[in-house]
Amino acid sequence: MRIGVVTFPGSNSDVDAQNALSVAGVEPVMLWHESPDLAGVSAVVLPGGFAYGDYIRAGVIARFSPVMRGISDFAAKGGLVLGICNGFQVLAESRLVPGALLRNRSLRFASKIVAIKPQRLDSPFTHAMDGNPIHIPIAHGEGCYYADEATLNEIERNGQILWRYVHEDGTPALDPDDPSNPNGSLRAIAGVSNAAGNVAGLMPHPERMSEGILGTDEGMQLIRSLVESAKSWEAAGRPVPTKAEAVK
Amino acid sequence: MSEFRYAVNVVPKPGILDPQGRAVELSLPHLNITTVSRVRVGRRVELTVAADTEALALGVVDGLAKEMLSNPLIEAYTIELLVSAL
Repeated sequence: MRIGVVTFPGSNSDVDAQNALSVAGVEPVMLWHESPDLAGVSAVVLPGGFAYGDYIRAGVIARFSPVMRGISDFAAKGGLVLGICNGFQVLAESRLVPGALLRNRSLRFASKIVAIKPQRLDSPFTHAMDGNPIHIPIAHGEGCYYADEATLNEIERNGQILWRYVHEDGTPALDPDDPSNPNGSLRAIAGVSNAAGNVAGLMPHPERMSEGILGTDEGMQLIRSLVESAKSWEAAGRPVPTKAEAVK
Repeated sequence: MSEFRYAVNVVPKPGILDPQGRAVELSLPHLNITTVSRVRVGRRVELTVAADTEALALGVVDGLAKEMLSNPLIEAYTIELLVSAL
């Protein structure tokens, strides 16, 4: 099976993502930002780094790139799309996932290991996770998750909050000034999905902790979730999910 | 066709945390300024539109402001006509 990894001008975690997918036993395929053709891949990863200099706001110029046209169509047909860090910013600016990523509350670029915990284990992006916090790196200046109160309530109700920043005991770091909440994200949100559940983004980098040689392979639980879900989606004949199905 | 020059001013919406504005406020004591508050930092984009009428030009700028120059979830914008019919 093949999973695509998009390379934008400025992407720098694309090769890390390809490596993590190889470790997970799938063939990574590079997708160039100038083509809307996804080469028949079974899922797409939008990697970390930067995109078009991240001018105006991180991710917004990438939104209008040819490859994003292909990805919007793919997502509308039920294809799995995972955005990591800058990839999450691109998905948010593209309105493929709810909310926006603001400048970190500290105003500092945050580069460290954080603990995040999956909030449900029945989503395509978490089902291979064991439910405990995983420790993976962040590296971003604009990762403070924001959505208005009504949207926050709605995504909470729909189970669209997939990962939260947590303390070691797994409780969410809800106070935006809590040191375990590295960027001031509202409701400690580290990652969300769309309503249909097939598009998700998160700020931390699972691919950078995906094999022992990198320190730990804790991020692999997440990569493996994506890979297994993509396999099931292919095996089922690429079904288009309905919103009702996704919101269990 | 005429050319119309505009400025688009984008600022964080009220209630949205603006750490840049807060950083400016925190530096005010170093300048011995005590009378400045509620600083909001945004961006200003100046551009020229070729169009038959000012209304058409404004429509183009407004679309661009909505789609790319601002994110309506977090930012508000205003459009200023700088020079018309150059």
